[in-house]
Amino acid sequence: MLQQLEGSQAIARAVALARPQVISAYPISPQTHIVETLSRMVKDGHLQGCEYLNVESEFAAMSASIGASAAGARSYTATASQGLLFMVEAVYNASGLGLPIVMTVANRAIGAPINIWNDHSDAMSQRDSGWIQLYAEDNQEALDLHIQAFRLAEEVSLPVMVCMDGFILTHAFEEVALPTQEQVDEFLPPFDPQQVLDPAEPVSIGAMVGPEAFTEVRYLAHAKQMQALDTIPRISEEYARITGRHSGGLVDEYLTDDADTIIIALGSVLGTLKDVVEGLRAQGQPVGVLGLKSFRPFPSQAVRDAIGSGKRVVVLEKALAVGIGGIVSENVHTALAGLPGTTSTVIAGLGGRPITQDSLRDMITAARNDELPQLSFLDLKVELVERELERAREQRRSGPTPENLLRDIGQVSGPEAFGATP
Amino acid sequence: MNDRLKFYQVGSFAVGNRLAEEGQKVQSRPDRTNALNSGHRACQGCGEALGARYAVDAAVAAADGKLVAVNATGCLEVFSTPYPETSWRIPWLHSVFGNAPAVAAGVAAAMRAKGTPEVRVIGQAGDGGTVDIGFGTLSGMFERNDDVLFICYDNEAYMNTGVQRSGATPPAARTMTTQAVGPHPGQPFGQGKDMPRIAMAHDIPYVATASVSDLHDLEHKVTKAMSMHGARYLHVFVPCPLGWGAASKDTIRIARLAVQSGLFPLFEAEHGHITSVTKIRKQAPVEEYLKLQRRYSHLFGEHPDTETIEHIQRIANGNIERYELLPDAEDDR
Amino acid sequence: MKDEPFAITLDVGSSLANKTGTWRTERPVYLNRMPPCNAGCPAGENIQQWLYDAEDGDYGRAWRTIMADNPLPAVMGRVCYHPCQSACNRGQLDEAVGINSVERFLGDQALASGWSVPPAEVDSGKRVLIIGAGPSGLSAAYHLRRLGHEVVIREAGPHAGGMMRFGIPSYRLPRDVLDAEIDRIRAMGVAIHLNSHVPDALTAMRDGDFDAVFLAVGAHIGKRAYIPAGESAKILDAVTLLRDTDAEDPPQLGRRVVVYGGGNTAMDAARTAKRLGAEEAVVVYRRNRDKMPAHDEEVQEALEEGVLMQWLSTIKQVDEGSITVEKMELDDNGFPQPTGETETLDADSVVLALGQNVDLSLLDEVPDLEIEDGVVKVDEHMMTGYPGIFAGGDMVPSERTVTVAVGHGKLAARCIDGWLRDEPYVRPVRPEPALFEDLNTWYYTDAPRTHRLKLDAIRRTDDFAEIREGLDEVTAMFEARRCLSCGNCFNCDNCFGVCPDNAVRKFDLHSAAGDNGRDYAFDLDYCKGCGICVSECPSGAIRMVPEET
Repeated sequence: MLQQLEGSQAIARAVALARPQVISAYPISPQTHIVETLSRMVKDGHLQGCEYLNVESEFAAMSASIGASAAGARSYTATASQGLLFMVEAVYNASGLGLPIVMTVANRAIGAPINIWNDHSDAMSQRDSGWIQLYAEDNQEALDLHIQAFRLAEEVSLPVMVCMDGFILTHAFEEVALPTQEQVDEFLPPFDPQQVLDPAEPVSIGAMVGPEAFTEVRYLAHAKQMQALDTIPRISEEYARITGRHSGGLVDEYLTDDADTIIIALGSVLGTLKDVVEGLRAQGQPVGVLGLKSFRPFPSQAVRDAIGSGKRVVVLEKALAVGIGGIVSENVHTALAGLPGTTSTVIAGLGGRPITQDSLRDMITAARNDELPQLSFLDLKVELVERELERAREQRRSGPTPENLLRDIGQVSGPEAFGATP
Repeated sequence: MNDRLKFYQVGSFAVGNRLAEEGQKVQSRPDRTNALNSGHRACQGCGEALGARYAVDAAVAAADGKLVAVNATGCLEVFSTPYPETSWRIPWLHSVFGNAPAVAAGVAAAMRAKGTPEVRVIGQAGDGGTVDIGFGTLSGMFERNDDVLFICYDNEAYMNTGVQRSGATPPAARTMTTQAVGPHPGQPFGQGKDMPRIAMAHDIPYVATASVSDLHDLEHKVTKAMSMHGARYLHVFVPCPLGWGAASKDTIRIARLAVQSGLFPLFEAEHGHITSVTKIRKQAPVEEYLKLQRRYSHLFGEHPDTETIEHIQRIANGNIERYELLPDAEDDR
Repeated sequence: MKDEPFAITLDVGSSLANKTGTWRTERPVYLNRMPPCNAGCPAGENIQQWLYDAEDGDYGRAWRTIMADNPLPAVMGRVCYHPCQSACNRGQLDEAVGINSVERFLGDQALASGWSVPPAEVDSGKRVLIIGAGPSGLSAAYHLRRLGHEVVIREAGPHAGGMMRFGIPSYRLPRDVLDAEIDRIRAMGVAIHLNSHVPDALTAMRDGDFDAVFLAVGAHIGKRAYIPAGESAKILDAVTLLRDTDAEDPPQLGRRVVVYGGGNTAMDAARTAKRLGAEEAVVVYRRNRDKMPAHDEEVQEALEEGVLMQWLSTIKQVDEGSITVEKMELDDNGFPQPTGETETLDADSVVLALGQNVDLSLLDEVPDLEIEDGVVKVDEHMMTGYPGIFAGGDMVPSERTVTVAVGHGKLAARCIDGWLRDEPYVRPVRPEPALFEDLNTWYYTDAPRTHRLKLDAIRRTDDFAEIREGLDEVTAMFEARRCLSCGNCFNCDNCFGVCPDNAVRKFDLHSAAGDNGRDYAFDLDYCKGCGICVSECPSGAIRMVPEET
């Protein structure tokens, strides 16, 4: 049944359908509406058999989830941005302990400068945390991925982040179809933990492991994610069988077969890209889009298969590895190693900057003209940064760069405003 | 006959008493859990290892065997569970340093959600994990009144990392980061957190202090705490022979002197109000306590720092006054 | 078991693979130290052990423990000057344990319940003659019977008991108690021939075909001192007074009685005089109270009963109805020196309590004996210079108390036994003493002693009724439980409890499953040698010893 729902509402309902047993929550934009809704659902009895913990920080939210999961309860939390960073120690710990926690990351930029808008800096910072990371293209997929995430997490005994673009998805009202409780119950059996804190069968979880076995532990964590490369498509197919709707999987190929240029991206920008590509196709340009649904584990083989040989690849990313450039593109490089072709990286949409169809079209055109540099920033205000760089070359100024930028464009009173000599 | 004579002066304060038919201490039972079992790698004479077994065994007994423990990073965690061996005989979980209270809260929530609330939960940490890095999560656990007994084993510094000061390090004590040099050697006066009182300020159902030197008192408090629900806090004084520069054989003796000098008051509080105080039995001057520990050796020697010793004595006296630790005149033991 | 994550999740119990005992440089060992009470007991009683038994309420076992050393607990519980209590470590804590009163309680329990000790299981075929049925003779007889020897006692007097009967007033030792304990010895097959004076020990030994003789004739001859006295002055010695008091026709002393001397016998004589009707009994002693040989308790009781003390005085002259005393003063060495100053006191009679001599006439024909200061010298096996003739009690050089005599009897019995079997008795090596410093007294409740009630002082001089009541069961047990068990394990579980490494095993009480029959054992696989068990052992029954490298 289709319903018009805010993204966060849809996620909350999907999570509720998965029958979580412990939800620990701490507010942060833009995920707040999800936990608000779940709070209401637990309190009004809509979501039964669930303990809802209002914790005092994201660190505690993840920590409580660790405890709950280790005690054999299906556990869920949600966060974004600074919150994700604040819980990082526990994030790594959850995956290290192999606890199948599901967490929504409503992707948002990381400060300073503080910024509440969408990009992928937060989730990308956790790419090596050992969590599985799934990226949703739209709210329907976000909803479906949450249900799949519980199944996936519990099957491979690893935590799963479901990443969805903050505001763009979380706050967007879209028509979505929620599966029925019966469908979800058929798809998602009750949690049968691999290890559990049980007085009847006591174990010690969280031992200290030294050099004699640490490498092996890490290798096994990697091997588990590699196994998930098989599990993710299988679960996706099973979900499709039950709900009649295909969501998730490893990658989403869109018009890639005969394309000479393929744009790789993740998240909601895929929708815009597909529209642009559709337009360009209409103009006879053989371009395609490859959406990454799973970023961890990275579906190297699927990417390799989808791209093939001799293509131009543009990786469009909403995060920046300061000091080198692309993050996703680095992974793509590795996946395509040995294959002929070119790859360029375009950083876009940082801190919520709109990614317009025009800009994407220009980018693709440039790429097809082999004019796209190896690394570029979509819609970068070149004049602004050049002025700042120029000024910085002349005079060393302390203080936050953003303030300096604003001062330069006259939005903040600097010493000059008072007639001071620079 | 034994029924009629309830006065067992033969070792009345000892761990067991063959003459007492009821009220035997958990630690005197041959079948005690030994929740923290032999083979752990704690130093010789470790007060924390002793305190942990005392407390957890008592909790296991009170919970009828259905107990889960969550442990912060620290000595207790490191010496008990180095791969491939664990010393714990109960379900036990270690996550990270600062989150044991929140993890424990999660476990307790899971037990409720799973319909097994009879499985009780304790959290445990050293003083660093409690008063410093775990302070926020502990306060949150208190504030939510999660059904967790949190036990702090206080050895007054970061021992696991090699004896650095913590928020629980007492004045004048030497640590590797409050060295015994300069005009005011050791930990400055006026710093440090009184965690039991902070816990009381949360109005939680139960707060108590205990010492490895008084097993009867400790077991009573654990048992009482376990008879209650909601957030409960037990602060156990556990000397560290290595960190304090004390003889391993003196662990209990030092703990006893801390209590008997008034430096470590033993009390219970319910819902923010003190409900009982364990009176000092044989009052001792603080010197007796300080002298056994090399972390205070700069106060003694050829030129004793009487001013500082007196200052510490005033702290003890303040505790004695605040908690009314001296026995009433009519008290007749 | 589930499919748990590798290395991160561990199965319980696995740390037992880590044998931390290898860290150790010292190891704890259990030991038994000699408690001061035992060390101080002239009868060699294992006091700490029988108090332990009594703490449990197992009075029968406690009594049998006493009986291993002393056949007269009810007597001893009344007349012993209890050096055990003077030595008791608890005295440094609050007050010494009232060992003597517990012993009396146990002795009385045995009499009331008719407890007895098993007779000898073997018959050695050896015969031993004991001359004298006083405490040392009875003690020797009892122990020799338990060792399987035939024993005959020949007693010159009409009753058995010796000084216990003739020297100790009945208000301290009721005769029914004494009789009952003697009867119990008799019932073990000890033949006691009364009114059987032995004029010559060797003849008696030969004629009776005895393999050994134990001489225990005591010291019954009151010492006299030369004191100028008028014709009608009434002077008698304390031994006679005490002996005749117990007879049908007690001596007439008059209204004012002076007792000369400062020992326990002097106190007994003065108190007896009061009971015989004297309005005034005055003890005249040449030194002061501090120097008096009488036990303070006896002096105190005498004072409570109205006995007067004339310190620093010697009797210069005795006349009818009065005596003249000279005042003395102590010199720098504490010896009394005459001052020349005299004083006259009213006195209807004077009782000399200046000590007793031994009647050694039965040894006149025995060769190779060494007599010194009127007593018979014996070797460390209680044997005189004549092989096969042993001696003990007041007739050998030693302190003259019932307890010492009982101890002599026990030791003599063991030595005679060894001599008869040609296996000389070897005294067991005494363990090191249990000093107060070895204890951790924190673990004992403060518990001041329960004093036995004394009869109201006014009432008790009316007759010879026993002045001290026994303890009731509750107080006796209380008193027993005050014992600190110095130097010996009393199953407090402290070592078991305080070990941070669970390296002490505890076995069921008295199952004797541990090392050397103990209830605990160290698990040296895990003991790290921290020494907390030693520090926290209340009774000092554990010690650290270096590991052999």
